[in-house]
Amino acid sequence: MASALARAFDSDLWWSFKRSPVTVASALVALVCILGALLAPWIAPHNPFDLATLNLGDAFKPPAWAEDGDPLFGLGTDDQGRDVLSAIMYGARISLLVGVCAVVFSTLVGVAVGLLAGYLGGTADSLLMRIADIQLTFPSILIALLVDGVVRAAVPREVHDQIALFVVIFAIGISAWPQFARTVRGSTLVERNKEYVLAARIIGISQVRIMLTHVLPNVIGPVLVIATLNLGFAILAEATLSFLGVGVPPTQPSLGTLIRIGNDFLFSGEWWITIFPGIALICMVLSVNLLGDWLRDALNPRLR
Amino acid sequence: MRVKARAVLRTAAALALLALGAGAVQAKSVRWAASGDPNTMDPHSQNVGTVTMVLQQVYDPLLKRNQDLSLAPGLATEWRQEEPTRWRFTLRQGVKFHEGEALTAEDVAFSVQRALQPTSNFGIYVDTVDHAVAVDERTVDIILKRPDPILSNKLASIFIVSKSWSEKHNATRPQNTRAREEMHTTRNTNGTGAYRLASREPDVRTVLARNEAWWGWGVEGNAGNVTEIVYRPIASDATRIAALLSGEVDFVMDPPLQDLNRLRAAPGVKVIEGPEVRSIFLAMDVNRDELLYGDVKGKNPFKDLRVRQALYQAIDVQAIHRTTMRGQSVVTGTLFPEQVNGYVKAEDVRLPFDAARAKALLEQAGYPQGFSVTLDCPNNRYINDEQICQNIAAMWSRVGVRTAVKSQPLAPFFAQIQKDDTSVYLLGWGVPTLDALYSFQSLLAFRNGDQGDGIWNYGRYSNPRMDALVQRMKTDTGEARQAAITEALKLYREDVPHIPLHHQMIPWAMRSNVQIPHMANNQPYFRWAVVN
Repeated sequence: MASALARAFDSDLWWSFKRSPVTVASALVALVCILGALLAPWIAPHNPFDLATLNLGDAFKPPAWAEDGDPLFGLGTDDQGRDVLSAIMYGARISLLVGVCAVVFSTLVGVAVGLLAGYLGGTADSLLMRIADIQLTFPSILIALLVDGVVRAAVPREVHDQIALFVVIFAIGISAWPQFARTVRGSTLVERNKEYVLAARIIGISQVRIMLTHVLPNVIGPVLVIATLNLGFAILAEATLSFLGVGVPPTQPSLGTLIRIGNDFLFSGEWWITIFPGIALICMVLSVNLLGDWLRDALNPRLR
Repeated sequence: MRVKARAVLRTAAALALLALGAGAVQAKSVRWAASGDPNTMDPHSQNVGTVTMVLQQVYDPLLKRNQDLSLAPGLATEWRQEEPTRWRFTLRQGVKFHEGEALTAEDVAFSVQRALQPTSNFGIYVDTVDHAVAVDERTVDIILKRPDPILSNKLASIFIVSKSWSEKHNATRPQNTRAREEMHTTRNTNGTGAYRLASREPDVRTVLARNEAWWGWGVEGNAGNVTEIVYRPIASDATRIAALLSGEVDFVMDPPLQDLNRLRAAPGVKVIEGPEVRSIFLAMDVNRDELLYGDVKGKNPFKDLRVRQALYQAIDVQAIHRTTMRGQSVVTGTLFPEQVNGYVKAEDVRLPFDAARAKALLEQAGYPQGFSVTLDCPNNRYINDEQICQNIAAMWSRVGVRTAVKSQPLAPFFAQIQKDDTSVYLLGWGVPTLDALYSFQSLLAFRNGDQGDGIWNYGRYSNPRMDALVQRMKTDTGEARQAAITEALKLYREDVPHIPLHHQMIPWAMRSNVQIPHMANNQPYFRWAVVN
């Protein structure tokens, strides 16, 4: 373990990480966001989901530093008297959860399809890639909206509220898989004619095993980059859906939901209800994207 | 050279736009927005303000309302009580429906019968009617089951449709909204009113065009000059207000309260305010033996008066008035506001807000740990309806009643509660007849199959004393009737079938060049609207 750590710190990756102040800064921001979200139940000043702790008398308190601010509520309170900071921390949890799950989902689907298409070739390749091409002609947010709309129409409301989170994860995940599939297919096409694959074939290893244990490790690098960049997209997509009111149920407000609710008060002077969740969303997505960019450059031998 | 050509093009485009703009000014169009969309165009299917606000431009009743809500001749020019149970109406001459049929007495008799059908939501206005008969082309008799002192007030809410048109389109009975039925009248109209329905896209846009042939133009103060009304539901408060400020819409009926100050200060926009005859309250299911939506098994806590009182006293209505309503409400402890005939000041008293007492009452009732319940709530019908429900959920949770809010747009919300499929719900009740009976009969009488009785009593409150008092309101007159109303108000206060919250104030916001008279029934009448 210690040697693995030492090796990691000695690697090119670490070196290029250290050399880029932007990357270090965004890693720190991302770390704060993620820790704040994960540890929300323990470190958040209030629990915005516990109705019994809400007091309508606390509603519309401005941030602590403003006139009439209350030090108890650092970033102010919303129309129900909920602490905005706590709501952001809990909301970021939902946003991150949906984002990560959606990316994992689209990675799994995309990598599987890409491997199959690239390795098998022929009809399977044409068929799978044409499906991917067709899907790529639609904007991904449209596909997510479509999936959500169909599910909403198909299942009764009570059931929908319970599965809403999974529907959103599926909707966002399914809208992003072609990118993964195309990348993996490209790399697989290169790899499958290399000698080590031929050798594996000659000694009679099954095709599934060749794909998973021989080809996959050699094509996974770019997938990591796309996955990181896609995490930003997925978080944004979830916020967009929730802002439009079709994302996660209002009982589990994500950052997008918070922004939507606060939007109603933006023009009446109670700006903090929507601006702070907005800033949190920007920080989260920007830092993840910057990290993804750095990873792409660092893993690209031509840019070194 | 190229730059010059572009400039010329640009000027031409600007001129063209200007010409279009000038055309629009002559057209006198009012673009109107509110949060919810009417859930039908059928004239007798949904007795809901959001539906009426569009349909009353299209259809005429026998009697219309003046700006002070008093009665005026509509399709009937004369009416009188021939016998205690027989009223005679003389129809206006030369009235034509939008599709060309001439109005006859048959149409009126048919419309009254249509409102009496089981799928009608307007039974409350014709509850005393036995049947209607056409005496000749221009005379209709309405035969009553019993004398009705306020019949003319009620008939001002019954729209008159064409018999032949309804028969042609299989619409001789109202659409069954509860069963989500779709029929010709869901999207089409054929009235005699000042405006006809030009196009209708549910949830997107409803366009009304001026009916130049309307009988009322130029008479009785109907001096409106609006030629086209475009109604658009805009659910988001911020978007609706941004649309008004940018001039994209001319008239917003339900501006969000938090934006009133900004609207008052904005150039080119004005806010007119006034009280509405509409009361917001919570009603509880006091009929089922087991709570439908909650964790109490085998019994229904709302059947216990102490629980109802506890939930009442747990609500800090002043905080809602101050924060969520921003002062734009009149806190109340009774069923209707003072504009309604029968109001008694001494009965307009609330149980005081007292969380400790609420907890004690719950404990006495056998719920020391509280219980959980789902509060059904519309989110685009009343002013800040969803926020009020969330406020109440928090207040109830503080005394141990863990409350989940289920908020929905008005169409699914009404469809759900109209099946009695609820444990507790928020409702707002306007009183178009301006008489106490309307509220008591619809909301608190037991649903016994009689027209109008208990048709909005979805908590199925049933108290023989209340039923007897409602019967007395129907037949008694003068002081005896007022005595019945006063006693019913007292019973309402003691028995807590509802938790009253407040009467709404209704600010309307419009562009400065638009004048639409403010009405306490929250209905815009475009026949009086003027655009400069």
